[in-house]
Amino acid sequence: MDYIPNIVFAIVLFLGIGYFARNVKKLSRNIKLGKDVDTSDNKSQRWNNMVRIALGQTKMVVRPIPGILHIIVYLGFIIINIEVLEIIIDGLLGTHRVFSFMGGFYSFLIASFEVLAVMVIVAVVLFWIRRNLIKLKRFLNPEMKGWPKKDGNLILYIELVLMLLFLTMNAADFQLQQMDAANYTKAGAFPVSQYIATFFQGLPISTLILIERTAWWAHILGILMFLNYLYYSKHLHILLAFPNTYYGKLRPKGQLDNLEAVTKEVQLMMDPSADPFAAADENAPEPEKFGASDVMDLKWVQLMNAYTCTECGRCTSECPANITGKQLSPRKIMMDTRDRLEEVGKNIDANKGVFVPDGKQLLGDYISHEELWACTSCNACVEACPVSIDPLSIIMDMRQYLVMEQSAAPSDLNNMMGNIENNGAPWPFNQMDRLNWSKEA
Amino acid sequence: MENELKVPTMAELTAAGQQPEVLFWVGCAGSFDDRAKKITKAFVKILNKAKVSFAVLGTEESCTGDPAKRSGNEFLFQMQAVTNIEVLNAYEVKKVVTACPHCFNTLKNEYPGLGGKYEVVHHTQFLKQLLEEGRITMEGGRFKGKKITFHDPCYLGRANNVYEAPRELIQKLDAELVEMKNCKKKGLCCGAGGAQMFKEPEKGDKDINIERTEQALETKPDIIAAGCPFCNTMMTDGIKNKEKESEVAVLDIAELIAKAEDL
Repeated sequence: MDYIPNIVFAIVLFLGIGYFARNVKKLSRNIKLGKDVDTSDNKSQRWNNMVRIALGQTKMVVRPIPGILHIIVYLGFIIINIEVLEIIIDGLLGTHRVFSFMGGFYSFLIASFEVLAVMVIVAVVLFWIRRNLIKLKRFLNPEMKGWPKKDGNLILYIELVLMLLFLTMNAADFQLQQMDAANYTKAGAFPVSQYIATFFQGLPISTLILIERTAWWAHILGILMFLNYLYYSKHLHILLAFPNTYYGKLRPKGQLDNLEAVTKEVQLMMDPSADPFAAADENAPEPEKFGASDVMDLKWVQLMNAYTCTECGRCTSECPANITGKQLSPRKIMMDTRDRLEEVGKNIDANKGVFVPDGKQLLGDYISHEELWACTSCNACVEACPVSIDPLSIIMDMRQYLVMEQSAAPSDLNNMMGNIENNGAPWPFNQMDRLNWSKEA
Repeated sequence: MENELKVPTMAELTAAGQQPEVLFWVGCAGSFDDRAKKITKAFVKILNKAKVSFAVLGTEESCTGDPAKRSGNEFLFQMQAVTNIEVLNAYEVKKVVTACPHCFNTLKNEYPGLGGKYEVVHHTQFLKQLLEEGRITMEGGRFKGKKITFHDPCYLGRANNVYEAPRELIQKLDAELVEMKNCKKKGLCCGAGGAQMFKEPEKGDKDINIERTEQALETKPDIIAAGCPFCNTMMTDGIKNKEKESEVAVLDIAELIAKAEDL
């Protein structure tokens, strides 16, 4: 009978991690729906970016208040995970505080977890106030209504509850240690929970054990549930920020890719020896679609970008179009891309691994023409993103589809392009007049 | 005509068996837009005074394709690029200077992949170099104590990380450089980029250039300095909208230097 908790724990752990692994596989499959792109270059620069931007949080602190609060939660998350390791070992082996053999260092660890837990609670409360009471503009954009708002708050609530459970567990343990309860050997230092323990004074050992065990189980179950919540929330950034900063754009922000398919066509057009009357090669593959109208037309890095976005809205708050009341919001571009990708993924799941056209696409059903044409390509969104997401690249790919596949540019732009074709300038001036300025007084 | 500009073309120099130190890429705005032509002329006056050996392509120059590419027309962009690259390569151009950050970005970043590899500098970088080499001197007297705020062009700043060259030039004028609330990496776009220059804006609460002009006016400047012909147009329109044209001038860095030198 003594082994029942261990067996239950092992099963719960297996289910929790197994279900998460299943979702990670789905995530990876969905990301791979994107087009391939060679990212094998500049490995050292890429590692450097990951260490600096994701691990070092350098872009978070560009805005100091949320930046520092975020670092607290981030450190809390990473460091308190050492405690989770102990909980897992204890759960599987039936031990109690298996790391306590470390003595003084163990006390130091537990004490620092407790201090961090309090700091995380403070940070989470401040984050909640920022989201719900202060009315920061970037949390009030239309795309934040409904689920995204709930999602953001839910994450804060879960983090708060997990920290409180951790402290409650320690408080009960501390009280049990004071009472010399069996199995509760004196270990650890409890600079915070010793004060919570004062509420437990006078409770019998059996009740305290019940409190300690309940908090212990609820804490680990909560963590496993949170792990599995990630995939369904905006919170995947805690994992994806690392690969996303690694695979982020390295070239100057102003440099857009040159479409290779177009280069081939242009070379053929400029080649004087090409036979203009040559019959089309019947075996030639279907010409590649230009630009993007749906998620499968984007590159996999762009799709990973979409899953990485945690909807902080720094991009949107710096976007000149959004600031001046236009519909475009770079954050919405990322959220739409992710939501459509999820829809496509579910379609594939429901149809035995094959995507069955659903009459929908990213362009039009999620992202409107008006949003796309409002972009000034100023790169403010790209600069603002703390995890190297590039919303501009998606906007540009979708403009390519609109113009090259659908000829659906605004008429002013069609005039501009007509002028470039006819006279080599965006305005209707004769190329032969290009040097006239030099003769004008 | 003492002030006549000396503007040799690549065709003329090549015919005379000469190769200039640098090609001045004028750009469409610099060639055709009445306001931007003044910037072009100011820059040429400085080049003439510093006796820089340069040439322009003149009628052989064509749009780099930037607005086409940013509109999504990759075909038109690459047609323009390949045509321009043929001309540039035929003249064996090594170094290009331009007063337009859009041309600068396209020539510097997007032409190499299509066979056009040149050293490309923005005119503020080039002017800074001339100053450092002692080829131009700047007497700040005329702008001494004037408050100048610099509007970062997106395609110079964020797109290519050039923030200091224009600022150093302004400081050399003995002027007081004041920064807007959004500057450098966080600079706010003037509203012209991404081919917006050539279309009406989408509907919203206000135009982007008005927002940016308001930020500039908050610094109470005497002059708004720009480094891009399109930003210049947008900021000039913004100042007119605010009816401040008698108090605040919008000038390119090249114009500031030319004025300081009484050119």
